[in-house]
Amino acid sequence: MTPESETELAQIVAGLNGPVCIIGGGTRGAAGSAPALDMSRLTGIHLYEPGALTLVAAAGTSLAEVDAALDAEGQRLAFEPMDHRVLLGTRGAPTIGGVVAANISGPRRVQAGACRDFLLGVRFVDGNGTVIKNGGRVMKNVTGYDLVKLMAGSWGTLGVLSEVSLKVLPKPEAIQTLAIAVPDAARAVGLMSDALGSPFEVSGAAYDPERGQVFARIEGFADSVSYRADRLSELLARWGDITRPEAPDLWSDIRDVRGFADRAGDVWRISCRPSDAPGLAQKAGADALLFDWGGGLIWALMSEGSDLRARLGGFDGHATLVRSNQATRAQLGMFHPQPAPLAAIQQALRTRFDPQGRFNPGLMG
Amino acid sequence: MEMPAPDPKILERKPHLLARLRTVLPEDALIHDISETRAYECDALTAYRCPPMVAVLPASTQEVSDVLRICHEEGVPVVPRGSGTSLAGGALPTEDSVILGVARMNDVLETDYDNRIIRVQTGRTNLSVSGAVEERDFFYAPDPSSQLACAIAGNIAMNSGGAHCLKYGVTTNNLLGVTMVMMDGTVVEIGGAHLDAGGLDLLGVICGSEGQLGVVTEATLRILRKPEGARPVLIGFDDNAVAGECVSDIIKSGILPVAIEFMDRLCIEACENFAHAGYPKCEALLIVEVEGSEAEIDSQLGKIIEIAKRHNPVELRESGSAEESAKIWLGRKSAFGAMGQLNDYMCLDGTIPVSELSMVLRRIGELSKEYGLPVGNVFHAGDGNMHPLILFDANKPGDLEKCEAFGADILRLCVDAGGCLTGEHGVGIEKRDLMLHQYNPQDLEAQMAVKDVFDPQWLLNPAKVFPLGSSAPRRSA
Repeated sequence: MTPESETELAQIVAGLNGPVCIIGGGTRGAAGSAPALDMSRLTGIHLYEPGALTLVAAAGTSLAEVDAALDAEGQRLAFEPMDHRVLLGTRGAPTIGGVVAANISGPRRVQAGACRDFLLGVRFVDGNGTVIKNGGRVMKNVTGYDLVKLMAGSWGTLGVLSEVSLKVLPKPEAIQTLAIAVPDAARAVGLMSDALGSPFEVSGAAYDPERGQVFARIEGFADSVSYRADRLSELLARWGDITRPEAPDLWSDIRDVRGFADRAGDVWRISCRPSDAPGLAQKAGADALLFDWGGGLIWALMSEGSDLRARLGGFDGHATLVRSNQATRAQLGMFHPQPAPLAAIQQALRTRFDPQGRFNPGLMG
Repeated sequence: MEMPAPDPKILERKPHLLARLRTVLPEDALIHDISETRAYECDALTAYRCPPMVAVLPASTQEVSDVLRICHEEGVPVVPRGSGTSLAGGALPTEDSVILGVARMNDVLETDYDNRIIRVQTGRTNLSVSGAVEERDFFYAPDPSSQLACAIAGNIAMNSGGAHCLKYGVTTNNLLGVTMVMMDGTVVEIGGAHLDAGGLDLLGVICGSEGQLGVVTEATLRILRKPEGARPVLIGFDDNAVAGECVSDIIKSGILPVAIEFMDRLCIEACENFAHAGYPKCEALLIVEVEGSEAEIDSQLGKIIEIAKRHNPVELRESGSAEESAKIWLGRKSAFGAMGQLNDYMCLDGTIPVSELSMVLRRIGELSKEYGLPVGNVFHAGDGNMHPLILFDANKPGDLEKCEAFGADILRLCVDAGGCLTGEHGVGIEKRDLMLHQYNPQDLEAQMAVKDVFDPQWLLNPAKVFPLGSSAPRRSA
C-alpha cells in the first residue's frame, strides 16, 4: 500500500480489513509486524513562504528535501529533530510526517520548543477513511480544539498524517559552544540550571559524563554570540575550567546519541524534572549516560533486558525504551504506562478516531 | 445570539441542588440569589447577558471535584470562569447553569528557579504570576493585554497569546502540566515539571478547549529569565502594502523581534489625539521591539533600520532611552481606549498569512464603505494576528447587528485569505456560528469526538465553540 495522493490514502484506509503499520522512512524503530502502509510516495512541498516563516508539505516528503528547501533560504527546523538511524542502525529516508508523528525534538527543545510547538496545522485520515484538517498555516490560531498538538507525538495511533504545516526559523549567523569541566552529574545539572536561567539565550545544555564536560550553546548574530559567550563564561567560571571547542558535529552527535551507537545494550530515554536527573541516573545503574535539556532528558545505555522503569520507581516524568530486542520490547513496552485515568482517556480517544483498531496496533498501550 | 432554552426540570430542582452543594461548600462560596448571580451574567463580551442559576466559588481542587460530581449526578450544566475577561463570551452562562469561578484559588504552590517552573492555582492572574518571580528577574511570557485581570485558568482555556508571542509563543508553548477535574469529579494530573508529557499530548488538546473538557485547578508554567533590556523603533509608511513588505523583510533577515505591532491611519490618528505620543501622520506605523544588551539592541535596531530605509519610510524613530520607549508604546497601548473615545467598538481577532496583509486591509476598507461603519486596524504583524476595531453606536437601533455582520465578513475574509477566525481570543459564542466557514462538518466531528471522551454528557460550558446545529444531537442525547 503506497498512496500517492491524499484521496488515494483515504480510499486505501476506507478499504482496509485488517491492521496496518504506518511507515514514513521507517527509521524510528516503531514499526510492528502488520502490513505496511508506506507513506514515502505522498510527497511534495506545497507551500513555503520564508517571509512568513511557514512551510507546508505532504507527510511523506523526506526530511532531506525539507532541509534543503529551508537551507536555500537560510532557514531551518528549529526543534532540531534527531536522526534515529545513527542509534538504531535503521536505513531509509526520514520523512517530515514521521518527525511530526513521533514529536521528535533535539537539544534546542530547551530554548526553542518541541516539534509540537512548531506544528501549525495537519491534515490526516482517520480510521474510517475520512480526511480531517485542523489548525492551518498561520502562527496564531485558537479556532476550535487543538488536534494539531494531539496528532504530534501520537505515533500514528489516531490517524495517518497526509500533510503538515510548520513554523520555521532563520539559521543563525554564528554558533559558539562553551565546554566546562565538571566532576559529577549533580554539579553538571547545577551548572546547566545557571546557564539556562541566565538572560543569554542558551540554545543547548548537555552533559557527557564520559568526557566529564558540560556543553552550552549560544546562537545568533556574530557580535551578539561573542558578547553572550563572554558573559556566560563569566557567569559559569565558578563551576570549572571553560574552553571553546571547535567541533562542528558536537551538537548533532548529542542530538543523535552517537556515543551509544556502536555499543551493545538497550537505550532508554528519560524525561524528568532536571534537578531529579542526578538521583534518577544513580538509580538507573546504567552502563553509560548522556544528559540533554539541562538534565531534563537522560539517555541511558542499559544492559539488555533491564527493567529501567522498575529501578526508577515513581517520578515526575516518564521513560521510553528506544532501542532493544523484540523480546524486551514485548515485555517492557516502548512507552511508559500511563496512570489509569489517563490511559482510559487515551484509549477512548483512540477508539473514537480509529474504531476498528487499524493503525499501529500495539503501539502506545 | 441564540442560546439553548433552559431545561425547566433543572430550574425546578434548584433547591435540591443547593441543598447538595451546601454539603460540600461553605455558605459564602455559594451564590444563588438573583441580586448576586447577576454579577456573573456576562464576561467582557457585554452585549450578551444571562444570569446563571447558581454561582460557586470553590477554594480547593477537592471542592471543585465535589461540585462537579454533584452537578454531573444531577445533570446540571457547568460554566467554568476565570476572571471573566473573555472577549468571545467564553464564560457566558445559561439560565440553567452553575458558574464555577476559580477566583478564590490564587496561591503560588511552588517556585523553582533551578528548573525554571512555577506551579500556581489557576485563579491567579497572569500578571501576578510574573510578579511572583520578579525578585529573581524571571517572568511568565504570555502577556494578553488583559493580563492585569485575566486568570491563568482562562489563559489555558483560550490558549491566550499577547504582544510578545512572536518570540516566546502562546500559553500552550509555556504550559508544562495541569491538575484537572473532569466533569464526573475525577481529578487527573497531566504532565509536570518535565518538558514533554508522556503518552498522547492531552495537555495540548486541553489548552485552548475553552473549558469544555475539564476544570483546570493547578498549572505548572515555564518561567524565563528576563532579557537584559528591550527597546523599540517606530517606522511610518505612506502605504500599508509597503509596511507589510517591510515586516516580511525583517523576518526574513534572521532577526526575531520580540514584537512587531502595526497600526493604520485611523488608529494612528485616534491614538495621537488621545495620548499625544507624537506619532507621525501617515498610512501605516510599525513598532518593532528587540531585546538583549545595549550593544545587541543597537546592532539589531541598526539592521532593522537599514531594512526599513529600503522601503522609503516617512518616519524612523529609534528609541534611545526608557522614556523614549515608553512614549513610542504609549500610543499603541492606549489604542483601545482611544478608539473607545470615538465610539463603541467591536474588537475582532482573525489571523492571516502576513503575505496577504495588503489585500486584506484593502478589502476591509471596501467593506467599511459598504457598511458605512469606520474600522481601525491595530495588530501583531509578525504573526498576522489582526485586531480590526469596528466603530458603531450601541444606542442606534440596528447598528450592533450591522457591526456584527461586518465583523463576520471580515472573519470570513481572514479564513479565505488562508488564515483563521481567531488568533488568541477564542471562539466562545461570538464566532461559534462561523466555524463551518473554516472547518467542514467532518473536521468539527473530529473535535466534538474529543469532547465526547472527556465530557460524554456535554455538560461543561455548553453552547460554545461549535455551531448549535452541529452540537444539537449531542447536547440533547
